[in-house]
Amino acid sequence: MKKSLLLLLVGVMGCFSAAAQSRGGLRINEVMVSNTNSIVDDYGERGAWIELFNSTFGPLEISSVYLTTEKVEEGATPDKSKMYAVPLGDVNTRMPKRQHVIFWADGMPTRGTFHTNFTLQEGVDNYIAIYDADCKTLIDEIVIPADSIKPGQSFARIKDGEGGINNLKDWEVRNGLGNKYITPSSNNVIEDTNDKVDTFHDKDPHGFALTLMAMGIVFSALLILCLCFMLISKIGARINRINKMKSQGLAPKEVAREDRPDHDSGEVIAAIAMALHEHLDAHDTEKTILTINKVKKAYSPWSSKIYSMRQTPKR
Amino acid sequence: MDTFSDFLTGNLEQFWHLTGFYNATWQHFVMLAVGLFFIYLAIKKNFEPMLLVPIGFGILIGNVPFNTTAGLEIGIYEQGSVLNILYNGVSAGWSPPLIFLGIGAMTDFSSLIANPKLMLIGAAAQFGIFGAYMVACALGFLPDQAGAIAIIGGADGPTAIFLSSKLAPNLMGAIAVSAYSYMALVPVIQPPIMKLLTTRKERLIKMKPARAVSQNEKIIFPIVGMLLTCFVVPSGLPLLGMLFFGNLLRECGVTTRLAKTASNALTDIVTILLGMTVGASTQATTFLTKETIFIFCLGFMAFIIASASGVCFVKLFNLVLPKSKKINPLIGNAGVSAVPMSARISNNLGLQYDPSNYLLMHAMGPNVSGVIGSAVAAGVLLGFLA
Repeated sequence: MKKSLLLLLVGVMGCFSAAAQSRGGLRINEVMVSNTNSIVDDYGERGAWIELFNSTFGPLEISSVYLTTEKVEEGATPDKSKMYAVPLGDVNTRMPKRQHVIFWADGMPTRGTFHTNFTLQEGVDNYIAIYDADCKTLIDEIVIPADSIKPGQSFARIKDGEGGINNLKDWEVRNGLGNKYITPSSNNVIEDTNDKVDTFHDKDPHGFALTLMAMGIVFSALLILCLCFMLISKIGARINRINKMKSQGLAPKEVAREDRPDHDSGEVIAAIAMALHEHLDAHDTEKTILTINKVKKAYSPWSSKIYSMRQTPKR
Repeated sequence: MDTFSDFLTGNLEQFWHLTGFYNATWQHFVMLAVGLFFIYLAIKKNFEPMLLVPIGFGILIGNVPFNTTAGLEIGIYEQGSVLNILYNGVSAGWSPPLIFLGIGAMTDFSSLIANPKLMLIGAAAQFGIFGAYMVACALGFLPDQAGAIAIIGGADGPTAIFLSSKLAPNLMGAIAVSAYSYMALVPVIQPPIMKLLTTRKERLIKMKPARAVSQNEKIIFPIVGMLLTCFVVPSGLPLLGMLFFGNLLRECGVTTRLAKTASNALTDIVTILLGMTVGASTQATTFLTKETIFIFCLGFMAFIIASASGVCFVKLFNLVLPKSKKINPLIGNAGVSAVPMSARISNNLGLQYDPSNYLLMHAMGPNVSGVIGSAVAAGVLLGFLA
């Protein structure tokens, strides 16, 4: 009973931790504080926006996570009124894998799910954070530096969703020129090819390196399995020998190594089985008792399956 | 009256434009002939009928010409059509792991557990895959396409479908048909290679009967096997996980019903759907290309390399083995994962030279390790190239 309860407890804790981890892949991906020439919202207005990115390879439900610009001191209780809770009941809050969503930081939450109750301030550093539904677990945070970003520029992760939390080294200013394009609701890095394939194509055009590595891995995997089963086989044989000696009334330590009985071969086992079969008078065809009992069955070809179903042809 | 006749002729003309006769091209007839040939091979020659009948008939279904611009939602590539829904198992890649579940539930790994060194033959035979990969690269295929084509050398239809659906979905039809065709032709392809690479003396080697394997070992095998192989190659998890899970269902002794369902009903259902939809995916317009010819040639070559490398590896291995433990190189071909055809070929060829030399159970060892090996190889290719 205690064991079952313990197992249940571990299971429940596992579920909680899994739920907590599930939104850990949510990332602040790109932010524009002063929107002078970027996209407009559904109301035709240009406001500050925050792009979130689902960095996992599964869908992510972001309803009930908190977006905030208030930094919560360690150990302090966060003030929920200053945080924007993503509302429940909007299908668009379920983010597909590796996709983005834009939140408008315009202080007008009545305009819809994706309009926050706070704004971003121009000319000052803006702290932005995402907290999980418990309002305590920090998912991601970043301080957008005011001095290096001009109006119309965004601050974005160099690679979508990659890098640490609040690590400015993973971020860069985007001014819309060259490859520093501003990408609301789309990837910061546009990839039109598979890097791995390109690398192999360039550096290993004849496939020799891949062959060498892959054969090495295949051999290693099966070699490890082989060695493991040689070991298991030895342990199994040893246990069998000990059991056999015990059944014969011998103490394993008292018997010399060369005198210890080997495991029975298939032939020996077959012979023992045959002897037992003979001894126990077992039958392949059981003795039959013939019972003659008249059973009335009103036969009619109309109810006979034989006349209605075609037999499967046999070749 | 004129209006009525115009109405009639207009509708009949419209109907005529929808018929197969109007939309047929010579490519359709070529593909229909291929489908009929597969059905002929299966029924008259008994070459892998369980696979070739569904694939052959699928080819017929997929190559009935129709007006693709009419929006009839009947084609396998038209979203929402019945065939498209059935094809999801292939395109999303969940059918092959289900087949692997059945294979695991059907396979007795005893011969491999009794003689674990036979696993290395299964590993050596995977050189067929990577040899073909190098040739495909030389022919100008991109690495991901080359990997998808090369997996044909593993002689494992579900693995080929799984990998090609991830690496080169546009080549999947040709790869799947090629893999299954060559699997069906294993009795024709392998014996000449085996004879060519072995001497009469080697073919007469008698191997010791394998030891009896306890049930505990049989239970431990799928658990340890899954953990070890998937820790090395996590990308092989869908295939290896299901293979070993199926085997655990079989061996644990307490899930007989599940094992029966996995090995019979479930496998049959998935085989029917997989075979038919793979066949139907070979539409003339996308199938009859230069790439398809290359794929068939490369697949054939991969099969030859795989069989030859298995046999050659045994010969090399024998150089370091004591005389009493020598392995008959005729079981080397069984390193490809065409279970149990290639093991049967080893047995039949062995019996040709010595009517008392039964190699079947010995050949089953490399044969089932070939299944594991090809799944690991697929995982490696997926890890490197996806």
